[in-house]
Amino acid sequence: MPRFRAKPSSFIAPATVALVTALLIAIPFERSNGDTSGVISFLVSFLTFVAIYAIFTLGLNVQWGYSGVFNFGVLGFFMLGAYTAAIVTKEPASGSFTDYIGGFGGDLNLLPWLSSEQWLPHLVGLAAAAGVAGLVALLLSVTALRLRDDYLAIATIGVAEVLRRVVIEETWLVNGTRGLTGIPRPLGGLVGSTDYKYLLLAICGGFLVLTYFLIERAIRSPWGRVLMALREDEMATEASGKNVFAFKMQSFVMGAAIMGAGGAIYAYASSSLTPEVFTHFFATFLFWAMLILGGSGNNRGAIVGAYVLWGFWTITLQFQSYDLPDLLQTRMPYIRELVLGGLIVAVLLLRPAGLLPQRRQVSIWVERQLRRRPAAPAGSPTEGASSNR
Amino acid sequence: MTGDGTAAILAVDNVTKSFGGLRAVDGCSLTVSEGSITGLIGPNGAGKTTLFNIVTGFLKPDSGRILFRDDRIDPLPPHQIFRQGVLRTFQIPRELKGMTVLENLMLVPPGQAGETVWNPWFFRSRVARQEEANFVKALEVLEFVELGHLRDEYAATLSGGQKKLLELARTLMCDARLILLDEPGAGVNRVLMKKLVADIERLRREIGITFFVIEHDMDLVAQLCDTVIVMSEGKTLAQGTLDEIKRDDRVLQAYLGGQYR
Repeated sequence: MPRFRAKPSSFIAPATVALVTALLIAIPFERSNGDTSGVISFLVSFLTFVAIYAIFTLGLNVQWGYSGVFNFGVLGFFMLGAYTAAIVTKEPASGSFTDYIGGFGGDLNLLPWLSSEQWLPHLVGLAAAAGVAGLVALLLSVTALRLRDDYLAIATIGVAEVLRRVVIEETWLVNGTRGLTGIPRPLGGLVGSTDYKYLLLAICGGFLVLTYFLIERAIRSPWGRVLMALREDEMATEASGKNVFAFKMQSFVMGAAIMGAGGAIYAYASSSLTPEVFTHFFATFLFWAMLILGGSGNNRGAIVGAYVLWGFWTITLQFQSYDLPDLLQTRMPYIRELVLGGLIVAVLLLRPAGLLPQRRQVSIWVERQLRRRPAAPAGSPTEGASSNR
Repeated sequence: MTGDGTAAILAVDNVTKSFGGLRAVDGCSLTVSEGSITGLIGPNGAGKTTLFNIVTGFLKPDSGRILFRDDRIDPLPPHQIFRQGVLRTFQIPRELKGMTVLENLMLVPPGQAGETVWNPWFFRSRVARQEEANFVKALEVLEFVELGHLRDEYAATLSGGQKKLLELARTLMCDARLILLDEPGAGVNRVLMKKLVADIERLRREIGITFFVIEHDMDLVAQLCDTVIVMSEGKTLAQGTLDEIKRDDRVLQAYLGGQYR
């Protein structure tokens, strides 16, 4: 039971973060010959996407990290959210090369005296994205959620792939492979285009913080305790009088809604969507890798995992710009994937709990009670290493 | 109704359950009287654990009825049977490994406001009050089963016997009326066993909980149970005190085979 062995050393997480951060600054600095403003805009756009990807990782953490619900179709909810937000905020389709449904952007300027065209469509799009993804998860849970872990994983991959094919083949729906461009940016008219990246980072980062607090509050409570219990043993949870299926469904739907919202933010930040972006590798596997690396069952771990893994992915992309021998240069994309795979295996073998392991107490109130009533035997109540009785 | 005139808290009425071609429970009928500690014994494969699974709703019977205080409970899912006050432990302990001993217990109390997701978001003081009450209750229960010193350990690190005690402790976190114990003595050392017997008797005496116990250890059955029911091949074979059961030819035959008749 490596999960329950003595406390893992606590310097690895900060050391990893520091190493990734150092490389993220040093390599662009060296490549751009010391152009500070270039490095800063690189970092700003990097952090913006880390914030977005961390939202998906948090959603997956609700499902897998806390409840043990094996969703291998993050892609599906990501796409649903992104395209829903896009067709809500855009103007109706026009011209012979574009064809898509929706386009309510202009109709949503309901509070013109507050310049609502700058933000109201985006809020509606965000809510719609979360709602559609949540609704699909709800429908899916009626059928698929009673499946055992591995079968649920297969079912979710299947659903994600079906959604992807629909987006590609049904060109009337969201313009097929030509994609959607010109998705209006939130608060886009407020600042000049050179400074917009800072505002975008603030929006994405702000939404991440909000998501984090909502999830953390919900999880570190009796609600999260039931989810955790059903991750550990569904039968024992049922025998403790909990309606296991209802909780599983709540977890699945909430996680999916968060992923849908993440998709909306992604659409706003990148301002164009094409189906080629939505590969199973990028839109499902990478988020799993982020969560496993950061620590399943720890929301901060999920965020740190997104930072470290996307950092790794970005740094290794930079390596390609160096004058490497041909043998390496041509194989670099595959070497990256190979190293990523090796990294995940290494984490699972050496540090299965991830960079930031789950907290010992689920409920925040239990932690507070324990602080007031320290345990009689030696050892701190929240972080004491387990004795091997 | 049983012989001594007390009301039956649990009645199993002609229950049948098959798995493929195997009739695990085959027209079984029995009653457990209120306030008793009733033992359920029988050879391996007699259908005892299957019967427990049926009573607690984890399996649906193919036919027959389960009555708890004269109400049918067999159509209900397990968590609703739990709410009636019918609790169980598992033969192989099913502790929640990645949670502390304390929170293994704090999971159990029914009707926690904090289990509805908007309460921890918006109505935190109500959740806080309940959490404090459940915390205190869990500490009391842990003291009762003498696991207090392990409250902050992950349940995975407990010994086999301690896990058995944790299973029992779980049933004490709410107002149980009837507790079904599946081999509470298996894997428990003698000292702990004595304690277990004392605990169960105390709970019956002080709170009036009825116990229905599967057990292979006849010493434990002798110490604990006032009535014993013998099951064999999915049917009830005999019911009575342990002494009566011991003299019953059919029981010896079921356990040892026909040659000892």
